Amino acid sequence: MSGSAVAIEVHKLVREFRKGPRAVDGIDLAVQNGEIYGFLGPNGAGKSTTVHMLTTLLPPTSGRATVGGFDIVREGGQVRAAIGAALQEAALDAILTGREHLMLQATLQGIPAKERKQHAQALLDRVGLAEAADRRVGGYSGGMKRRLDLALALVHEPRILFLDEPTTGLDPQSRAALWEEVARLAHDEGITVFLTTQYLEEADALANRIGIIDRGQIVAEGTPAQLKAEIGSPSVEVVPVDPDAFDTLAELLARFGSAQRNGRGSVTVQLPGGEAELAEIVRALDSIHLRVESLQLHQPSLDDVFLAKTGRKLEGAGA
Amino acid sequence: MEREPSLLEQVGAVARRSATDAFRQRALLFFPMLFPLILFAINGSALSKATEIPHFPTHSYRAFLLAFPFVQGAMFVSISAGTSLGRDIETGFLNRLALTPLRSEAMLVGQLGGAFVLGCVQAVVYLLVGFATGVGFASGAGGVIVLLLLSLMISFAFASLGGLLALRLGSGEAVQGIFPLLFVTLFLSSSTLPRNLIKAAWFREVATYNPVSYLVEGLRSLVIQGWNAQALELGFGFALALAVITIALSRPAMRTRLART
Repeated sequence: MSGSAVAIEVHKLVREFRKGPRAVDGIDLAVQNGEIYGFLGPNGAGKSTTVHMLTTLLPPTSGRATVGGFDIVREGGQVRAAIGAALQEAALDAILTGREHLMLQATLQGIPAKERKQHAQALLDRVGLAEAADRRVGGYSGGMKRRLDLALALVHEPRILFLDEPTTGLDPQSRAALWEEVARLAHDEGITVFLTTQYLEEADALANRIGIIDRGQIVAEGTPAQLKAEIGSPSVEVVPVDPDAFDTLAELLARFGSAQRNGRGSVTVQLPGGEAELAEIVRALDSIHLRVESLQLHQPSLDDVFLAKTGRKLEGAGA
Repeated sequence: MEREPSLLEQVGAVARRSATDAFRQRALLFFPMLFPLILFAINGSALSKATEIPHFPTHSYRAFLLAFPFVQGAMFVSISAGTSLGRDIETGFLNRLALTPLRSEAMLVGQLGGAFVLGCVQAVVYLLVGFATGVGFASGAGGVIVLLLLSLMISFAFASLGGLLALRLGSGEAVQGIFPLLFVTLFLSSSTLPRNLIKAAWFREVATYNPVSYLVEGLRSLVIQGWNAQALELGFGFALALAVITIALSRPAMRTRLART
């Protein structure tokens, strides 16, 4: 591993498939050591292709990238030694047990024979699979498979971890447990994490910085707060108790900004002054005795960012 | 603390996993072993009168037929090896291995390890069934050992073929789909009749050009003839040739499948 602060550096990386569009179309990005970088995008956006290139499983058509200071094309062996990867399919052998997977991986990663058992046990303990260690993986739940996948990626103690949609298909509890472990790896052990996801809340909760990819191109990049701030201020949505008060409500809210009447009987107004204006709105409503059924403050979400950058909602964008 | 494992360690690790897989899938172990024995029992009984054909080389049709389950079992081994490798390609397990320092040669040979072990078990079972049904060995105890060696080489050769098919087709199901074609080669060989006694000229011609005939005849010679150097040379030669050709073709295919920069 080089002494550089940059763990992953990508310049104009392109991957074209025969008879297909450019899956990755000239992306640039840099991930700092110890950072969790969220690579967010819909299905087919180019996330997995990027991961396959950065993990040396797929040669790029053009452009260059270094991982751990090593060139992904010319120094593939050194890159693989520096990284761990849990790829999208959680590729496991249903016939083997969790412990056998770890022993196989430890052998192939060159862990000395006398250390393998202890090392495997430590990893099983760490991902909470000690009790299921000697059961065949075919009987594991989705969450257990993902945890084993993570343990396998950590066998040779990599400095950089690639996680390709690690929580897809998991129940909320399993997802939260995996988030916790990934956050711990980055914060406590300083492991750089490159995480692809199509879940907004996952990127929001875990990533220090986010790159949004759509149709092979990075359309936005920054911290979650920066990205949200980029697209504007929060908004308030108010529903009156009395439907006849709808026009009065709209006129009142128009004093705070551009009010939008929604078909569902509510009025939404952007708050250019930020959420501090919320108190004034409440006082104004109170002053004319306009009773409200609900009043909700909406912070800009990453979905709003995606919508602003691509003109589409993230959910269903891959279809 | 890590060092690159030796080629032998790599082969051992992959072979151990392959053998574990093979033995834990009892249905895949048992039925492919049973099917050749069923055919051995049926044909051994139904065609027993064949020994009355003038110039038939032995009085025991079971002794004549014993080579059949060995070769058919080896063909089943090819399916087991191919299906297993095909599944690894489909599930992405091969990608996981590609991210380790595993060499493609070690992956290839190790992957065949399970099939090889399966071949060992089958060979011993067929041999014991042969003894139990009264088959004697014209070549004596030494012939039994040579038969086991040739049988293992044939299993390894067919396993290599299964591996090659899996690497080329990338799917276990596709390998299984090709299996009936392999079966045809066994029935179009001298597996049930000596070539010189096959009446249909076209069949005799096909059996003569069919390498499977020489695998069968090599094994059979040890049972019914004793030490027939030419039959053994041809048997070992064709098994070796099949293994060498399929492994040579598999190496670039494995490199492509274990694609990494």
